[in-house]
Parts: sequence; C-alpha cells; structure tokens
Amino acid sequence: MLEIEIDGKKLTVPQGSTVMDAAHSVGTYIPHFCYHKKLSIAANCRMCLVEVEKAPKPLPACATPVTDGMKVHTHSDMAKKAQAGVMEFLLINHPLDCPICDQGGECQLQDLAVGYGNSSSRYQEEKRSVVGKDMGPLVSAEEMSRCIHCTRCVRFTEEIGGFQEIGMANRSEFSEIMPYLGKTVNSEISGNVIDLCPVGALTSKPFRYSTRAWELSRRKSVSPHDGLGSNLVVQVKSNEVMRVLPLENEAINECWIADRDRFSYEGLNSAERLQKPMIKFDGKWHETDWETALAYVVKGLNGVSADHGKDAIGFLTSPHSTTEELYLAQKLARAFGVNNIDYRLRRSDFSADAAQQGAQWLGSSIAELTATKSILVVGSTQRKEQPLLASHLRQAVKKGSALNVIHVADDALLTAVNAKLIVSPLALVNALAQVLKAVVELKSAQTAVDLAAVTVGAEAQAIAASLTGAESAAIVLGNLAQHHPAFAQLLKLAQEISALTGARFGLLAEAANSTGAELVGALPHRAAFGAAATAGLNAAAMIAAPRKAYVLLNTEVEFDSYNPQAAVAAMKQAATVIALTAYKGAGLLDYADVLLPIAPFSETAGSFVNMEGKLQSFNGVVRPLGESRPAWKVMRVLGNMLNLSGFEQNSAEDVRAELLAKGTLESAFNNALGDVAVNTAAAAGLVRIGEVPLYQADAICRRAQSLQQTADAAAPLATAPSSLLARLNVAAGKEGLLRQGSGELKVLVEADDSLPADTVRLATAHPLTVGLGGMFDSIELTQG
Amino acid sequence: MLSAQSLAAIDREVAKYPADQARSAVMGALRIALVERRETGKTPEERCLNTEVIEFVANYLQIAPVAAYEVATFYNMYDMKPVGQYKITVCTNLPCALSGGVNAAEYISKKLGIAIGETSADGKYTLLEGECMGACGDAPVLLVNNHKMCSFMTPEAIDKKLAELN
Repeated sequence: MLEIEIDGKKLTVPQGSTVMDAAHSVGTYIPHFCYHKKLSIAANCRMCLVEVEKAPKPLPACATPVTDGMKVHTHSDMAKKAQAGVMEFLLINHPLDCPICDQGGECQLQDLAVGYGNSSSRYQEEKRSVVGKDMGPLVSAEEMSRCIHCTRCVRFTEEIGGFQEIGMANRSEFSEIMPYLGKTVNSEISGNVIDLCPVGALTSKPFRYSTRAWELSRRKSVSPHDGLGSNLVVQVKSNEVMRVLPLENEAINECWIADRDRFSYEGLNSAERLQKPMIKFDGKWHETDWETALAYVVKGLNGVSADHGKDAIGFLTSPHSTTEELYLAQKLARAFGVNNIDYRLRRSDFSADAAQQGAQWLGSSIAELTATKSILVVGSTQRKEQPLLASHLRQAVKKGSALNVIHVADDALLTAVNAKLIVSPLALVNALAQVLKAVVELKSAQTAVDLAAVTVGAEAQAIAASLTGAESAAIVLGNLAQHHPAFAQLLKLAQEISALTGARFGLLAEAANSTGAELVGALPHRAAFGAAATAGLNAAAMIAAPRKAYVLLNTEVEFDSYNPQAAVAAMKQAATVIALTAYKGAGLLDYADVLLPIAPFSETAGSFVNMEGKLQSFNGVVRPLGESRPAWKVMRVLGNMLNLSGFEQNSAEDVRAELLAKGTLESAFNNALGDVAVNTAAAAGLVRIGEVPLYQADAICRRAQSLQQTADAAAPLATAPSSLLARLNVAAGKEGLLRQGSGELKVLVEADDSLPADTVRLATAHPLTVGLGGMFDSIELTQG
Repeated sequence: MLSAQSLAAIDREVAKYPADQARSAVMGALRIALVERRETGKTPEERCLNTEVIEFVANYLQIAPVAAYEVATFYNMYDMKPVGQYKITVCTNLPCALSGGVNAAEYISKKLGIAIGETSADGKYTLLEGECMGACGDAPVLLVNNHKMCSFMTPEAIDKKLAELN
C-alpha cells in the first residue's frame, strides 16, 4: 500500500494505482476526456494535468502511477493554469456549434469548458474542418470537426470490441478518426462508442435531432433480448421511448450494452404495433373493442374444449415475455385444464424433460463464469447470440482464461481460442464425447457413458487437458446446442465431464427470460418452482400433432419455431388461433383469428430472470400504446371470464409475490439430469446449419429499422464448403435451389471452406427462409 | 498481391519480434510493399500504397487494416499519393537553405518543369520538399526514392544526377 495526499486528504492506495484512481477513491474529480476506467491509458487529451510536489511540471493524473508519499494538488494555481491552457488548445479547432450539436446539454467538453476554460477564445484564425465519415446505420460520424482525438472509440473497438474498426489516420492537425476506407463499423456492440465520445462527433443516427437531452426523463429497465439481462436507462419524452442507454451494473453488463439492446427501441414505436383488438371473420380483419374480443376468445376456447376436449388446445409462449406473464399463462392454461404449454419453440429435443431436476440456468453467476480459468463453449455463435457476453469472454481471455470451442462453424471470435473442434451438427455429440473420453483417460476415471466407439482427436485432447488442468473450469451450451436435435445428450455429456473435472456446466440462456420461463414452469412437464404437473405436449409435439386451437403469447411461430414450415401448417389447420401480441405481423394476420394487443417490456411492469438466475424487475416506462394492455392483465381477465379461481391479482407485483411465495430462487436451479441415453456415433448426410440471425431473434428487434439496415441483418445467403458444391455441381456465386420438406428457396450460394463437410449454412427466422424446415435437419441443394 | 520475394522479406521482419507480436513488423512490411510497388509499377498510381495493398499487408500480419492504415498515413515516406519513378525529396530546412537548399529545389523545379509537390507529365519525376535528413554538413542534400541520399547538390551535381537517372 502506498500513501498519497490529494488536496490535503491523506489516503492509502494499492501498488500500481494511478493518481486518477486515487482521486476517484476519495471523490475528488479531475477533469478528463481520454481517460476511461474500462479502456487502456492513452494520456493524449492532457486535460487531467495536476500538480505533483517535487515534479517540475504538471503531470497527467491518468497516467502517473502513485509513489509513496506523493503530494498532489488538483486545484493549485499550477494545475488550474495547465487545465485552462489545455482547454484553450482543445477549443481552438472545436466548432462553436453547440446550439445545433446533438450532444449539447450532455457534452463533456461543454461542461468542462464552462468549468475549466475561459469565457472567450484568443484564437482568431480559421478553424480546421474535417469531412464526415460513414460508420454505418447506427453511429453517425457526420461532424468530425468536433472530434478532440481522445481515441476512446479507437481503443473501444480494439480492446472491448476485439477488432480495431476505427483508427486515427494522418498526423498532427491533419489527424482524423475514421473507419477503414470504404468500410462501415460492423461490431455488434458498436453503439457504445456513442456513449464514450466526450463530444458530439459520434452520435446516434436513429436518435439524432429528435430531441434535446434535457427534455428526456430517465427510467430504469432491463433488456428484453439476450439472456444476459443488461440493465438499461430508457429515456422517454411525451410518452414515447426516444433512446436507450446502459445503466451501469458491474456484475452484468458493466457500462456497456449491445446494439440490439440500444437500438431495438425503434421497434417499440413501429407502425406495425397492434393498437386495438382485432377479429377475423369472413376472411377479413375487423378492429373491435376488448370486451368483444375477449368474449370471442372465451367462446372459442370453450367451443374447442367442448367439441374436442381440453387436450386439443395448445399454449405457445415466448421466453421474451416477462416472468409474471409466463406465470399467469401457465396458471391460466392449467386452471382451464390444458397441459400443453411450452416456451421452447426453437428446441427440437425434449428427451431431457423427464430427467430434469430443476430449472435450467447458467450454472454460476456471470462474474464467476468470466473469472473461470478454462471455459468450453459448446454450440454457440457467441458474438451473434450473446453479443455482450462474448465481449466479457474476450476480456476473460485477456486476463488469462483459456477459451475452448466446440461448434459447427469456425466463426471469428475476435479473441484467442485455446482449442476448437469444428464439426457438422450431426457430429456434435461425438465431438463432446471425444472430450469426455479424453478427460476419462487423463483422470483414469470411469464414466457411465459408453465411449467405446469414440476416437479422440488432438483438439478434443487439448480441450480436455485445458479443462482438467485449470484451477476452475466451466462448460456452457449456447443457443445452437439448445436447439440441436441431441440437446439432452449434449447436456448429459457436459454433466459427465463436469463430474470428472469439477467444472461448472449450464446454458447460455437464449432469451431475456428463458431462465424465468423455466422457473415459472411454462413447460409441459413442470409447474412453477418444479411443482408436479400433469404432463402435456411440448412445443414440438404440439406442432407435430396439430391442435384445434392455439394460444400464442408474444410469439410469431414462423420466426420463433425450430421448424417454421410445420409450425405455420399447424397454425393454418387449427380451428382458432388466439394471439396475444404487440405487433400485427404478416404471419399472424395470415393464420391467427383474433389478435389481442399486449404491451411490450417498455409498457408493463414485470421482471426477467437472466441466465445467472437473477430476478430483475422493472416498471413500465411509458403508457401502453393505443388500447394495448399488459399481458398479465389480459390473462387475469381471461381467467375471470373463464370462471377460474386464483385470478384476483391487482398488479404485476401481486403476480410476482404469488409466484415467489411458491419457492426460493436459490434452490430452484439445477442443471443435473437423470438418465439420458447417449449415442456417440456421428451420423453422415447433408445437414442444414440454421442459426437465428442477430436481429431476428425477437419481435421487437425484427422491427427496429436501423438495426435492420446493418450488415448483420443482410438477407441470408447459403454457404457451403467448396468440396460439397463441387460434388453437387452447384456453382458458387450463383443462385441455388434449397429444399426442405415441401419448402423450396432460390438463394445465392457462396463457398465457405471454414464450414465442416456436408453442411449448408442458411439462417432461419428470416422472412426469406420461413418456408423451409428444421434448423438442423437434412436439406437438399441443387443448382435449380 | 505481393511477390514471393517481398513476402519472404516481410517474414524476415516478422521474425525479429515475438511470435504473437507480428504487428510490430508493420513498418517494415509497408516499406517492403512500397519498394515492390515502386519497382514494378508502370504508372504513378501503381507506384504508391493504396487501400488494397495496405489491407493485404494488414491481413498478412493479421492485424486490423485500419491499424496499418494509421501507420501508413502517419509517416510521410510511405507514398499514399501517385508518385513518379524517381521521387526527389530536397531538404529545405534552415542549414540546407543557408547552403543553397532552396536554390537546389528551384533549380530542379525549373529543369524538370514541375513545381514542388508535382509529378512530371511522363510520370518519371516527382519533386518534394523534405525535412532535415541529418546531413547538414553535406548541404544541400536530397533523397532519391527514400533510400538514396545525395550530398553537395550544386546545380552541376544535380545535372549529373538527373542525367544518371535518365
């Protein structure tokens, strides 16, 4: 520990601290621009100059390490003069356009110029002007004359984003911040540079010129997208969400959020929002009032149950719904006598259901995961599934963790990978079994899984060595593994490896409330907190054996299902499809019979349980749009109208309290599985790799215009290894014909030799590809 | 994009640094790329670095293209603009100027019929002003193509040098 005195205040700080750290720890503010606690030290803005006794000239606080007995003055004449001098130089080339600058009112330069600068400038000469840059549809770099060259954005893309997409070209007064010529900034967390920019050089393209910072009120919320549960500040004006910013939470999202969290709010104000209940009769849609619509729903449900029995009804829910909504949905279904309820529409393997012993989750906290020394990620595109968690893992690798990957495509993770095993989806179980066998051999241990037919490869050996050799280890299964037709076997293998190595294992929750849906029992085999339930049909069975009536909560089956072709066919044959939805999507208008407008996360109170099992509740930030109502209220009223008991809740808090009284969160989660048979043989055949694109994952981001203009939202194309294209006589760079079941699609085919043999990669959940079948099913490819 | 010979030279640069720090070789790699461009380019546009070459070098070193671009634009000896077959850089800093550096530049300018900063119409010469080359005792000095330093460049010496280049 070192002793230091700042402005007369004595304190001790650990070895290696900078003067800036020390000052912050006692609440002394030192003005700065380029310094940021999460980025490397650049010391190029010089704003943090302070006086250090016995030093001949002022020193930058951000880059000066504390030495024992150091005496620092942040407000002495020398420090003040230095700061005023730096401010004068910074303002020489900064345009005086605050009145028309989007950053005005929340600008660090503006604030510090008032606090530390002079009231007028002595500079009479011409200011330099810099041509604007194109950084893509999210970040605006139109007014680069405002840039003060702090290089925070450059350091962010390199250090946090993993790939330096922005650089500072040229020298001295010709320096310019720019992306590489002709390229845009494509990082899935690029929006953070807007927050980092201390001036108005980088601004939010969708938000620009829409309102002033001081007109907005700030409300706390939680991201409804990926399973991380990023904390948000939602900024509101005139009952409209205008902007979303990160709310700092060191244990979850630090001070960042992904672009999906930041820019998806555009979808909340989409023209496709359903504002009034709608009923279809005579093949036409008619707007109606709630009373009529609910009476129609009750009549429909009662009619189907009288004619075909309760089992003819299926409830399909979404893991993007709140805990309260999902809890009431399963309560409503079960109270009505319907046991067919599921939230796992994109899953294809439910054989773990019987063996499940608790709600599935990450298996540790997020902080524990990122502090783990050896991490194995199975079946996850990482950057596209969990953009911010991928960046956390990148930071973990920098701190010395080994990242191991078993996946179906060799995508750039923008970080060092210790060992990777890239195999066809048909060989994914075999790949993980290889790791298990290698662990068994390394530990000379026993396992119940039959591994006789498994041959261990070098990469599996390396992964096993990493898992067994590290002081802490974790195995996590990504979306792709969860959607995989052998999910139960993958989870079982992870459990076996975990038993031998002491590694934690769990799931990277696909959606904001996947873990919550597990907890409340929006499942056919478990009720809330694992209470016993009369077994019903799971999501796949409800599609495979079509029901007479479906109740859809916040889901569009053509985008949210493992097999959109079969799901849409099941909807179309049903006598009635009742959709509780915030949007009148084209699919719903086609196959639904009644649409009830419900409020998205921004317009209702509720809570999400993130992947680490943390329940985060939030309030609505704006009033529900039009006549839409929070879904929990709709289900409560439906419960009353169906004459069911237990639907007297008056608020979302009531619903939550009722749920939480049923068990404790701490003991609810358990990934352990009972008996699951594992077939380690890798099957042969041509198979599709059908991932969900980053900005197609849920209803809100599908309608966020700016996100839909990014490179990640480009129309899907089919890629396949060139060996396969040669064998099938399909030319790369031309349209090919893909066929799954009754669905056909003509789409551009490109060669990608990083894919495993006999795979065709084509995204699912996209309007172009909804006619095709299962995400990891067999597929035919011809020139067509 | 670059010849096997240049790539071998870049590999030699890379080998000077630890295995995971290939980015340290970016200056050498860009220099090698520029020399090859200058020797093989037929037009002024082909003799300088462009974004494709910089991106190629960056990918070869496995660094971000913009990181190589930063370096290429920071140092002025990396030609980013079209350049003649012979780039003549005359020092006009004070010690050279006192010994006739400015006159030398003007003489070359008149002789070649191009102003400072221009390239001759036949694409043969580019004339530039340069900063101190650390050889003030030999003033006036000039550089030909970044690598060849010529001392005591009186009008006679310049005539001789240009005849040589021709």
